[in-house]
Amino acid sequence: MTSLPQTTNAKLGLVIDLDTCVGCQACATSCKEWNTAGYSAPLSDEDPYGSDPHGTWLNRVHSYEVDNGSAGQTVHFPRSCLHCEEPDCVTVCPTGASYKRAEDGIVLVNPETCIGCKLCSWACPYGAREYDYSDGVMKKCTLCVDRIYNESFEPEDRLPACVRACPTGARHFGDLGDPESDVSKLVSDRGGFDLLPEFGYKPVNKYLPPRPRRDNEPPVPGLLQSPIDAVDSSVLDTPRDPLERFFAWADQMLSR
Amino acid sequence: MHPAYSVIVFTTASGAGYGLTIWLAIAALTGTLPQTSAVVWLGFAVALALIVGGLLSSTAHLGRPERAWRAVSQWQTSWLSREGVAALVTFAPIGVLGLSLLALPTGHAMQSVAAVLTIIAALVTVYCTGMIYASLRTIPAWNQELVTPGYVLIALATGGVLYVLVTAFVAQAPLAIGWITCALLAGVGVLKWFYWTAIDSPSPAWTAEAATGLGTIGKVRQLDPPHTQANFVMREMGYSVARKHVARLRPMVLLTLCAAPMFFLALILTVAGPTAPLWAVLATTSAGLGVFVERWLFFAEAKHVVTLFYGAEAV
Repeated sequence: MTSLPQTTNAKLGLVIDLDTCVGCQACATSCKEWNTAGYSAPLSDEDPYGSDPHGTWLNRVHSYEVDNGSAGQTVHFPRSCLHCEEPDCVTVCPTGASYKRAEDGIVLVNPETCIGCKLCSWACPYGAREYDYSDGVMKKCTLCVDRIYNESFEPEDRLPACVRACPTGARHFGDLGDPESDVSKLVSDRGGFDLLPEFGYKPVNKYLPPRPRRDNEPPVPGLLQSPIDAVDSSVLDTPRDPLERFFAWADQMLSR
Repeated sequence: MHPAYSVIVFTTASGAGYGLTIWLAIAALTGTLPQTSAVVWLGFAVALALIVGGLLSSTAHLGRPERAWRAVSQWQTSWLSREGVAALVTFAPIGVLGLSLLALPTGHAMQSVAAVLTIIAALVTVYCTGMIYASLRTIPAWNQELVTPGYVLIALATGGVLYVLVTAFVAQAPLAIGWITCALLAGVGVLKWFYWTAIDSPSPAWTAEAATGLGTIGKVRQLDPPHTQANFVMREMGYSVARKHVARLRPMVLLTLCAAPMFFLALILTVAGPTAPLWAVLATTSAGLGVFVERWLFFAEAKHVVTLFYGAEAV
């Protein structure tokens, strides 16, 4: 049903640290790899080897430059479904294919009943839903519902694929409805925020802001301004070691 | 927003069809329907062809049209579902009205009851169509007070033009409904003018800084997009081809949807004669072109909040 549950027993979601994300795309790639064979299968690609390759992905990593008043700050910005508490994407669905689970708050699309009208993607300000041109239905982040409860997995693998793949620990998974959970404490410690709270969709996923940069602070006296200044580059051009000179001569001869 | 032709055809054709049934019902209620079964046959055939054709066209927008029947189930929350339910329900009074006009003596109570129900059901259906768009907060140009009244007004005006066309071919042109249609066409022009003024408002509703939450640091600029080719979100929500043609297309809407049909209708109503069908065809053709451009602009001009993540500075 596209009516939203009054309450959910848990609010499972992600906490994404914009300070430590390095924009490596491992989460996006891992998501695609898992979900093209999982609940959302297939995640089709169109024209994969042609001039206009594009496809269905559930997670996208943007990179922004933010003017911080000095050198500028690069912020890598993963974007996926926020599993909102009161999302319009669910209520606009004419078929009931889009739904929010009462047990854990995960927002899912039933691929058997979706008619591919795309209205849910129009209703989402976060661009979380993508239409699968080959499958004819909408695809979205499932929070890896087929991993997190999977008892055939080792406990450390019962995480969304994106969280498991992140090499810098920038993605955290847990129950944001429980104020004592690790993710809730992280959000309160680091000042986690909602994306576009003005819409009133009440996103469950939170973003941790980048920590302030120290570009504008005066340099510490006695420290080198730049490590390059300490290197005498002429050493590199004319090796003094006889063996090094021989190799340089050999390199020159063989390059002819 | 990407202007899908299937959706443009759906909203304009079914809107005009419902408008025509409303005028047929009003004429039946007020006893001004020409006393010939040809008007009923032709009128209801045109109206139903537009309504059914429009609804079928809308299924071309679906990835899984064979599942379209599921869309009537979620009327409690979804305006799209409500539209589907209302469209199906409206067929009942339209059918009863058409058959009772053909089979029963003029002025029969059955005709009046069916006419009133047809007017209500058709208005509700067009209202639901408008609300599909007006309810989307993610698209500031649609989330406007004038959007749904615009859908209803345009349906009534284009339906009125069709009513004049139908009657002009088989009987005398209808004076009262003809002049009311002229007034409605003028109303469409005024409404669109105010609508365009509203969406041209220089203060944007949303910015890239607000969308990313990075505004507390400073101005946000896209450095590296997440993918090299446009994805579904950009193809569907990032359509921007039309905006540079706005200055030409808006006057074209006012001319073809409002001014020209008003002129042709006035010609029919004042110097009515054997050439009336010709002017009615011209009025219909012009209004048809105008409403197509109007609806195309409605989509193409609308910006979606999600484009803020893809380099748009403000929406």
